[in-house]
Amino acid sequence: MEPKTIQPYTQRTLEADRPFSAKQFFLQWEWLLAFILIGVIALNTSLSPYFLNISSLRDATMVFLDKAFIVFPMALIMIMRDIDISVGSTVALSSVVMAVAYNSLGVPMGAAVVICLIVGALCGLMNGLLIVKFKELSAVIITLATMILYRGIAYIILEDQASGSFPEWFGFFGWGYVYGIPFILILFILAALLFGLLLHKTTFGRHIYAIGHNDVASRFSGVNVDRTKVIVFTLAGLMAAVTAIFLASRMGSTRPNIANMYELDVIAMAALGGISTAGGKGRLIGTVIAVFIVGYLQYGLGLINIPSQTLLIVVGALLLFAVIVPKLNIPRFKK
Amino acid sequence: MAVHTANAPAAESAAKKESKLAGLAKFRELGLLAFILLLAIGVQIRNPSFLTIENVMDMATNTAILSILAVGMMLVLVTRGIDLSIGATLALSGMLVAQIVSASAGFSPLLAVITGIGIGTVCGLVIGGLVAWLGVLPIIATLAMMNIYRGFTYMASDGKWISSYQMPESFVGIATSSVLGINTLILIALFIYIAAYYFIGHTRTGRQIYAVGSNPESAKVTGINEKKILILVYTLMGGLSGLCGVLWVSKFASAQGDTASGYELSVIAACILGGVSIAGGSGKLSGVILGAVLIGILNNALPMMDVSPFWQKGIEGTIILGAVLLNAAVKRGVERNHLLRRRI
Repeated sequence: MEPKTIQPYTQRTLEADRPFSAKQFFLQWEWLLAFILIGVIALNTSLSPYFLNISSLRDATMVFLDKAFIVFPMALIMIMRDIDISVGSTVALSSVVMAVAYNSLGVPMGAAVVICLIVGALCGLMNGLLIVKFKELSAVIITLATMILYRGIAYIILEDQASGSFPEWFGFFGWGYVYGIPFILILFILAALLFGLLLHKTTFGRHIYAIGHNDVASRFSGVNVDRTKVIVFTLAGLMAAVTAIFLASRMGSTRPNIANMYELDVIAMAALGGISTAGGKGRLIGTVIAVFIVGYLQYGLGLINIPSQTLLIVVGALLLFAVIVPKLNIPRFKK
Repeated sequence: MAVHTANAPAAESAAKKESKLAGLAKFRELGLLAFILLLAIGVQIRNPSFLTIENVMDMATNTAILSILAVGMMLVLVTRGIDLSIGATLALSGMLVAQIVSASAGFSPLLAVITGIGIGTVCGLVIGGLVAWLGVLPIIATLAMMNIYRGFTYMASDGKWISSYQMPESFVGIATSSVLGINTLILIALFIYIAAYYFIGHTRTGRQIYAVGSNPESAKVTGINEKKILILVYTLMGGLSGLCGVLWVSKFASAQGDTASGYELSVIAACILGGVSIAGGSGKLSGVILGAVLIGILNNALPMMDVSPFWQKGIEGTIILGAVLLNAAVKRGVERNHLLRRRI
């Protein structure tokens, strides 16, 4: 492991002292993303006449925003140089427990939603605790094991059944509007603001960056690395449960095999958003743009009847693009 | 002299403190073997048809593909990497080869196998290039290529299956025929293990893989071409996945878009159960084969014991998590003992 210098910090202070430079400002990863987003929208508009109108653009968000909630904690995890591939299974387990609690155990739906959040948070907490207690094991291997385990528990609970028939008000999460704006979009913006504040404006957020640069040095500087990691992984579980609520609400039922491979989409969106997989770098605004790029691309390709399997290739290629471009050393076009 | 006598009881108490778990570490493979034997005896008591020659052969046939892939995965893990794309590579090679043989019935089985290996090798080479030349993290590179290869498979298949009646007899025969009463799949797996045993332990390149895995910097200083090794490892993995794609399609006599989806997890699990360290540098063929056998027995025995198929994944997950954590605990014990010994 090559020692990480504290250069990024000095760079950061220098950036703050330096007078505003338009060239520097526009040579940021987020601007590239914004251009890609505009390109995607232009492409879709030229391909389908039904794409570019406000209600279409607005309603598309209801379909693709559910998994976007996990992108924020995943970004935090990746900045800490970890990864969590169990989030898809956490979505499945928490939604299955919610559905079974409501349908079989007679728990009121409101309480079932709370149970769903608790189960998700517990899954994340277990990941976090195992990761800090067994530091010699990488997060990949622990979350790989819990990924199989959580989905296995979901299968044990519900076997191959689907569980649905939720009360009518529950559909509001997936399909409801508030003043003509989809409820999920409002909550997404709220989550983006909260996580943005957490990451960029609090000591906790600075600790996350510090851990990503050098966790040993962070520990010696008085950062409680273990606590920070456990909290962030628990947040990932909690947000996976939020995704589970929206997904179950939109689909009207849940099954043990839902949200399969969600972790891939989520990691792809975070990497595309400029979160460095080597840790320590990235901003949340990029991931927000990346969510819309992938979402609208998916939606637009669906409009012109391109099979969803082709989208696999597009997501994979975007992920590669996101990790390779910054390595090509194009002058200052770095995240 | 006085110092010595004062130190003696301290040393003695330190020796007593030696972790009992450390004793286990020396016999890790033996422990795994014992676990497998206990499991087999347990299943045998529940269902006497478990340890019949027929069923054991059946299990070996079903585990052959997993164990072949586990060899390649071990090498990847030894270099501190991971390959999540093998299920997709397997499916792509299987699908393309199935389409070729169903279109031209005269295609010889040997040529089909070679084509499959070729397709897999190219797939692996791409990943190796991404990891070695562009420095993309293995997990990200293989996650992306997994998507892309899987997408190609769906595109090539156009959503249709290729089933047994479209395949010539000779092609299905690759995996179903037997030589001297032993299924060809078992023989192929045996051949691969013997070749890998020689390659890993007795060639320069084989040893270099371990050198790169245990300490990349020292390996570089020693003059080992690290990039070449990385590309080699992922290409080998791809070639083995391509081979297994042909074997898989021939064995199940069907090629689908979602063939072997998620199979990489079972392969990684077999390696980890077999004691291959995800942190790189260590892993033995004997462990890997035991890990593959354990997973094979679990897949075969759970249905035979009337365990609901829906419990299978949960049980598998529990065993993997337990084995990984136990392995870590054992290693800790060993390291503590080393430290204690140094103090004396």
